[in-house]
Amino acid sequence: MKTDRRHEKEEALARKAAMAALADAPGETLKALWDEAGLPRDAQRLRGPETGLVTVRGRIGGGGAPFNFGEATVTRATVRVEGGSVGHAYALGRDKEKALLSAIADALWQDASRRNDIETKIIAPLQAAQAEADERRRAETAATKVDFFTMVRGED
Amino acid sequence: MYVAVKGGDAAISNAHKLLADRRRGDRSVPALRIDQIVEQLALGVDRVMAEGSLYDRELAALAIAQSRGDLIEAVFLVRAYRTTLPRFGYTNAIDTGAMLVERRVSATYKDLPGGQLLGPTFDYTHRLLDPEIAAGSPVDEPEQRDVEEGRMPRVSEILAHEGLIEGDGDMPLDHVTGDLTREPLDFPIERDLRLQALARGDEGFLLALGYSTQRGYGRNHPFVGEIRIGEVELELDVPELPFAVPLGRIRVTECQMVTQFKGSAKVPPQFTRGYGLVFGQSERKAMSMSLCDRALRAREFGEDVVAPAQDEEFVISHSDNVQATGFVEHLKLPHYVDFQAELDLIRRMRAEHDARRTDHVEQQREAAE
Repeated sequence: MKTDRRHEKEEALARKAAMAALADAPGETLKALWDEAGLPRDAQRLRGPETGLVTVRGRIGGGGAPFNFGEATVTRATVRVEGGSVGHAYALGRDKEKALLSAIADALWQDASRRNDIETKIIAPLQAAQAEADERRRAETAATKVDFFTMVRGED
Repeated sequence: MYVAVKGGDAAISNAHKLLADRRRGDRSVPALRIDQIVEQLALGVDRVMAEGSLYDRELAALAIAQSRGDLIEAVFLVRAYRTTLPRFGYTNAIDTGAMLVERRVSATYKDLPGGQLLGPTFDYTHRLLDPEIAAGSPVDEPEQRDVEEGRMPRVSEILAHEGLIEGDGDMPLDHVTGDLTREPLDFPIERDLRLQALARGDEGFLLALGYSTQRGYGRNHPFVGEIRIGEVELELDVPELPFAVPLGRIRVTECQMVTQFKGSAKVPPQFTRGYGLVFGQSERKAMSMSLCDRALRAREFGEDVVAPAQDEEFVISHSDNVQATGFVEHLKLPHYVDFQAELDLIRRMRAEHDARRTDHVEQQREAAE
């Protein structure tokens, strides 16, 4: 029972990580990977793709009580694929095709026989590209770090 | 009484056509693409997102193109657009402590964990116009350096360990987070609502007010504890999923302003704080916001409200540039009937004034005789 619950939790974390990679992906990159992988684009649309707003929350002082900071555009979609599994997608921006493909990816991910396909052909390349871009950004920022040194003036 | 006057249709339609022509300008010059504005006028785009209160780079860039670079008009366009969209909900609060930092400086601690990271800043440039940019010269790739691992705590956390600074800012447990886009403001308001209004407030207005506090109008002796700029993750709780769904990342600027002390019979003196948080890269706005946030806490600290920057109703009622421009600019719309009434009034006043003067002159003449 306990291992079941742990398995469920691990699975939820892996699914969330896959959804994060999809949400962060540039639409063009996702579409190119999708075509290259020859994955199906047809699915029953249960909701959307549709664009709406989320209100972004911050915290007073960085870690205090929440306040409403501003809004952001988000596009979401829900689909059902062959075999019956239902997939969801949410991402910042207004790219409806990206939301649709992301929802299909989420649905296929939940199908044990397709998960590996989605992980290796879509999620892994997206995560690799994002990690590389983040690493480059960190290294560029690190080059602007101030190295303080003290100048000794005059004679003792 | 309203009297409908018609006849402007053709003039208006032709004016709009002329506007479209002038917006495009000389056709032999290539048209600006939206992605060029996003990439190369990025801080203008950030300002439109911040004051338009809508995070969407492409939309803000389109608004800048459509408004011919008039940023307040662009903010107006973005605000109008957002009213057409359904709302999906409130995100979980962002964690600026987990930011992918692109710039981070502190004016209070030289050697803070994580260090001083200058990032892409205008600071220390010589402010000389660069003809290379006009010539379209190629630009070198930036330098890279090995990244030191380790957390980059907010400066407020460092001071908090010694108890020298007040906490982040809590609200009572039963407090419902205010939202000025849902309900009209009813003064006095709480700090969460003030921060929402300041986050979308006009940069120039907040800059001037922040400056006024430094010059003695509501003085509180500020230091920049920390400014950090970078990307944070957004997550939204949705009923269809057992976890908060990741939405992607947004870039924000955060400013922790540390100001002079407050204590009481129960609490020993502590530094007090002002907080600024803005969409995109805009430390001038984040700093101004944090100065205003601190000044507006006068009531909470039992300070005398003597300066404009401390007057909540004055600051918050006039910080929104869409409202301000709407009311100022409406003055140019036809007021023919109103003005006709004023004309009647002044003619009557002048007639009465003349009559009084004639009477007065006659009385003087009679007295002299």
